[in-house]
Amino acid sequence: MRAALSVVLVSLLLAGCRPGTASVTQDTPSEYIENRGSDTIVNLALAWAETYPQEHPGVRISVSGGGSGVGITALINGTVDIANASRKVKPEEAEQAQARGITPTEFVIARDAIAVIVHPDNPVGRLTLQQLSDIYSGKINNWSDVGGEDRPIVRLSRETNSGTHVYFLETVVRLGQSGNPTLFSADTLLLPSSEGIVNEVRQNPNAIGYDGLGYVPADLKVVALAREPDQAFVLPSVATVNDRSYPVARDLYMYTAGEPTGAVADYVRWILGTQAQRIVSDLGFVPVKAEDPP
Amino acid sequence: MTGTIRQEADGAGKTRRGTPRRDWGQAVVTRAIQMSGYSAIVFVGLIFFFLVREGLPAVFQVPLGDLFAARWYPIEEYFGVLPLITGSLIVTAGAMAVAIPFGIGTALFISEIAPRWAREILKPLVELLGGLPSVVLGFLGILLLSPFLRRFLDLPTGLTALAGSLLLGGIALPTIVSIAEDALDAVPKAYREAALALGATRWQTIWGVTLPAARSGVMTAIMLGIGRAIGETMAVMMVTGNAPVLALQLASIVSPVRTMTATIAAEMGEVATGSQHYHVLFFIGMVLFLISLIVNVIASAVVFRQRSRAERVLS
Repeated sequence: MRAALSVVLVSLLLAGCRPGTASVTQDTPSEYIENRGSDTIVNLALAWAETYPQEHPGVRISVSGGGSGVGITALINGTVDIANASRKVKPEEAEQAQARGITPTEFVIARDAIAVIVHPDNPVGRLTLQQLSDIYSGKINNWSDVGGEDRPIVRLSRETNSGTHVYFLETVVRLGQSGNPTLFSADTLLLPSSEGIVNEVRQNPNAIGYDGLGYVPADLKVVALAREPDQAFVLPSVATVNDRSYPVARDLYMYTAGEPTGAVADYVRWILGTQAQRIVSDLGFVPVKAEDPP
Repeated sequence: MTGTIRQEADGAGKTRRGTPRRDWGQAVVTRAIQMSGYSAIVFVGLIFFFLVREGLPAVFQVPLGDLFAARWYPIEEYFGVLPLITGSLIVTAGAMAVAIPFGIGTALFISEIAPRWAREILKPLVELLGGLPSVVLGFLGILLLSPFLRRFLDLPTGLTALAGSLLLGGIALPTIVSIAEDALDAVPKAYREAALALGATRWQTIWGVTLPAARSGVMTAIMLGIGRAIGETMAVMMVTGNAPVLALQLASIVSPVRTMTATIAAEMGEVATGSQHYHVLFFIGMVLFLISLIVNVIASAVVFRQRSRAERVLS
């Protein structure tokens, strides 16, 4: 649903007047910031772009999606001021940028963590990434194989068009290996919304599901994960995501061309501040500063 | 249908002797009615044309062997539509197994057995059920029906084809009851009186005379019910689990399935226009359209055959 909404918003932006869509109409001559990139971040970027001009009436910010690659390419071509990316700049992209005399400057603006959830009565409280991958790819079909009761495992996932689904596929099911062709087991239930997953996990002790950390209700059991069996099992929280010990989390970035100046610099500074980071947690992401309330 | 048109034409012919002004007005009304009649055909034709235009490229872009394969995972370009077709069919078959006996039973009760006061309460109630938004039923399905099915039948999950079938049965039921009841009501009273006069019991009259006399209407009711069930999206998407598993065994009724309608609804929103995935989704729409068409053609063939037999017997 989140992904669906973002695309609707993006297409509205693309379809409507391109410049200054997400801005307050102003009579005063205005600074204009163009912001493009990752679809994962687009909701967050839109929320910021709508809040910021309320305090800084001279600034207009336009946000659009398209994907991390689109944003970074646009930054290299000089058509945007800020690129949003859910991954780091690739070496070849950095080379292209250097060739044009641009040094992309990186800012970690939020973090995105996925929590694995089970029924509160399920005795399984910790899994390795390998076990989780085997569960979702259909190699493990009974909870007793991972230290639980003798129950069948019911796998729940978001629909394939959700960004969370794709991230989970790459990071967990394929264990982050780029050539790994493992797929979700065909009998994985694909539910159209976060609420669908939460509902089923709440009432079904066989179920396992995943969702963005900010969307997990308190009455469900969150599973602690470990990268390798000999490493510590870690529960997701703002602290463990920020110290990078929780394995299914990623940084979300903004890139500017060189050190930002003027309005762009002010905007990036504001994004890293307390107010903007509160919007981060409101939208289900993890704020970059651990001391902020979750 | 041709009968009505002919009557209309006769009516227009007769008024030609009336005042020119009325004649002109009547001609306009006749044309308007004719146009709205033909427009239905035009719209169906246009919809089909559009579906074929967007869906047919899928056949050329995806090899047929891959298109009719058993794996559906579009983001990795697995476009096997068989699980979706079998999913829709099994859910619809289950729904009909529920809705046909209950629907016709209810219709018989309302029209033949129930006392007048009960009929006057029942019929509006059934029609009210028909007006219930399917998303509300889907919500009840998620919160009540699927947990109940899981516990009652000891299944791994309650989000199964069966849950979808029960909900769809409930959705198709009012359609079937309402139309079948109208058909039964239209059977001339003389038929029943004749049967009773010959010494038939009430049940013999209902089963042997009234129901066969109304069968073309009852058949229409069933076909519209199937159409309603196979095209239903929201409730099905909420309760069937949407796992694209090939549903070929009887046991598939208690496992999760993914229907064609739910696939289109879930994926069409974010697919790039003109991509392979986009064309395959339209191809699924085409398949869905063809299935409804086949159901309707079979229905009218059956009704037509029965009618001509009845005419032969009577003449």
